[in-house]
Amino acid sequence: MTTPTPLLRLDGITKRFPGVLANDSVDFDVQAGEIHALLGENGAGKSTLMKILYGLYNQDEGQVFLAGEPADITRPSDAIQAGLAMIHQHFMLVPTLSVAENVALGLADSGFLVDTSSVADRISELSTQYGLAVDPESNVWQLAVGERQRVEIIKALYRDCRLLILDEPTAVLTPQEVEELFVILRRMADDSRGLIFISHKLDEVLALADRITVLRDGRVVGETKPEATSKEELARMMVGRPVQLTPDKKPSQQGRVRLAIEGLQVEGDRGRRAVNNFSIDVRGGEIVGIAGVSGNGQRELAEALAGLRPVTGGRILLDDTEVTGSTPREVRGAGLAYVPEERMRDGVVGEFTVAENLVLVDHNAEPYCRRGVLRMRNIAERAVTLVERFNVKTPTIDTITRSLSGGNIQKLILARELSAEPTVLVASQPTRGVDIGAAEYIHRRLVEERDRGTAILVISEDLDEILTLADRVAVMFEGRLMAVRDRAAVRVEEIGLLMAGSGA
Amino acid sequence: MSDFFTMASLVFVVGSGIRLATPFLLAALGETIGQRSGVLNLGVEGVMLLGAFGAYYTILETKTPVLGVLVGIGVGLVMGVVYGLVTVSLRAEQGISGIGIFLFGLGMSDLLFQKQVGTPLPIRGFDDWHIPLLSEIPKVGEMFFQHSVLVYLAFVLVPVVAFLINRTTFGLNIRAVGENPAAADSLGVSVARVRYGTIILANLLAGLAGAVLAIELGIFQQNLTSGQGFIAVALVYFGAWRPTGVMAGALLFGLVSATVLQWKTLGIVSGAASSITAMAPAVLTIVALVIITRTVGQPSALTKPFDRGS
Repeated sequence: MTTPTPLLRLDGITKRFPGVLANDSVDFDVQAGEIHALLGENGAGKSTLMKILYGLYNQDEGQVFLAGEPADITRPSDAIQAGLAMIHQHFMLVPTLSVAENVALGLADSGFLVDTSSVADRISELSTQYGLAVDPESNVWQLAVGERQRVEIIKALYRDCRLLILDEPTAVLTPQEVEELFVILRRMADDSRGLIFISHKLDEVLALADRITVLRDGRVVGETKPEATSKEELARMMVGRPVQLTPDKKPSQQGRVRLAIEGLQVEGDRGRRAVNNFSIDVRGGEIVGIAGVSGNGQRELAEALAGLRPVTGGRILLDDTEVTGSTPREVRGAGLAYVPEERMRDGVVGEFTVAENLVLVDHNAEPYCRRGVLRMRNIAERAVTLVERFNVKTPTIDTITRSLSGGNIQKLILARELSAEPTVLVASQPTRGVDIGAAEYIHRRLVEERDRGTAILVISEDLDEILTLADRVAVMFEGRLMAVRDRAAVRVEEIGLLMAGSGA
Repeated sequence: MSDFFTMASLVFVVGSGIRLATPFLLAALGETIGQRSGVLNLGVEGVMLLGAFGAYYTILETKTPVLGVLVGIGVGLVMGVVYGLVTVSLRAEQGISGIGIFLFGLGMSDLLFQKQVGTPLPIRGFDDWHIPLLSEIPKVGEMFFQHSVLVYLAFVLVPVVAFLINRTTFGLNIRAVGENPAAADSLGVSVARVRYGTIILANLLAGLAGAVLAIELGIFQQNLTSGQGFIAVALVYFGAWRPTGVMAGALLFGLVSATVLQWKTLGIVSGAASSITAMAPAVLTIVALVIITRTVGQPSALTKPFDRGS
């Protein structure tokens, strides 16, 4: 049997950025009717490869073939014309426009006037055909995350794409939404389209893909099929060494309540209530995980706990001391440490050196400062100790922090926060965008910290992370606490429903 | 004060308010198009001055108002290309580039005026066009339908610009590029091309606004616009990025200015007091801005250059 001409073939694609070889002679192909997963760590070169394919970057070497013919794709419009569509990790939608307008945007056959009504009709047809419920008239900003993704898929179907690239499409979905998405993707493949599914989630790749290619450091390190491999093997291929996916965890030794949140009310950026009558206790020696789809008040909750956002109602108690409305410094003084979700915005000063970022919290106290003058030697000594203790991979302690990888910056923040020996740790998205190796390390460190008796609140949109770490799982939806379950009693389906606001 | 509350006075205030609003309206409509695509142009004032001088000088030499208008528009077009090059192709910071354009226009228009003209000579513009029938309605006709053709043109442009933004393919591209340029780019819409288009339109209208100002006043002098271009930028915020809102702002501004003018004429205010009342329109705008910008979101990509790589 001869293999049919692949829909897409990438031949020896190489892309260099200053100081980095992002893609090193990558070969890759997709057959019609096939879902081909591209698996790799952050920075392995998956996104770069797909951006080359979609015309957002241009390769330095190599050739793209579409249906056997060499294709020069230098701009997104070339890619669209060739029947490619891409669903980006951060949705490429215009929130202020309607669904129909978003779909109509950039259509090649659009005349002088926008014919939204005929676009809307076609959207309705596609909705029915593929089971993608969405109202063409609604504005995108009003839609939930899952609906927005359906709009993205409709955009691709509307242009009758032959090849669809999906970049981490499940990152923001509930487990049920992931299942629904997989059904739709399979249906699209059955229409003899080709799909490229980019992910770093091993379970999903194994569940969905027909074929899996693993990328590491810009190179293809292997190609396999789901039935011929396992999670452990895929993880090893991604990282380049055996990986312990779940940290060893002893049963938790719970102490007394260290953090008590009582009826907390917090407003969001637009004045709308983001956290609504939220109450939970966290005991010393336990990890409470807060699961939820992004944008349900998690960020506001974390910021309120850290003293970064005003509280409009309710109380926060740290070891029986009320810290409601306290400043960040006071909250820290009361024993709380905080790992923020936006590490480059709230966690470190990117242009500062590693040593400077490590001393940020204590920079105005002995022994790092005397009479307003920084004592550089003490700061440097501490930096050397922490870098070593927390395995931060940096050339020197005087390296500019921005140049480190996400994982190492996160370890740096963790080092600074844990060096204060807090009684309570609030960690928001502790491993988002972090490579598996660093994530493994951070998870182990958090469990150690728990065993030391610290009360830990982990807020994460990654349900797997919550299930890995937490002793108790809480679900947050529209600012409210939907339910709290002991880890042992957790059923993933139930958590998924709670994340979507039902089943309470 | 009682002189102010007469019918004649009201007719004067409304009539001249509309007239005074016209340059603001034209410039602000252009700026609206630009800002909806994410481009802030603080150079409006400078382009207005250049357009004003271009129109003035052309009419002085040729005695043909239509040519003056065309030159004003042409000057705007050239400045639009320049601003596009600087802010789109070279991705320069928009605020600072705009101030540069303003200073260039301020200096250049005066230099040309001093070299080419020297002493201010009056020019003759368009005769007022009394719209048949409508202009004969007592009072109302006098207020609304006895203006220069340029005034009507400005107000006709309000629905035209609204239609352009809301109903055309180009308008959809403008809105998308102003809110999420990366999304537009990913669908094959050229962000650069859309922004060049809006910048050229915006500057074209600014040049026209300057021409209208010079023609209506029948004169040119140093800094003829005296801040009107900046007010026009503020009016875009005031009007919440909608042509009708911008028109309301321009009218309000024109009416308040006309009222102040009338007070001065009637001697209700004088001396220092009149200087202070002259600030009224500006103060009003600031107050309105504080209220409005709190409630309405501006285009998300405003002032942000687009770079595909980032």
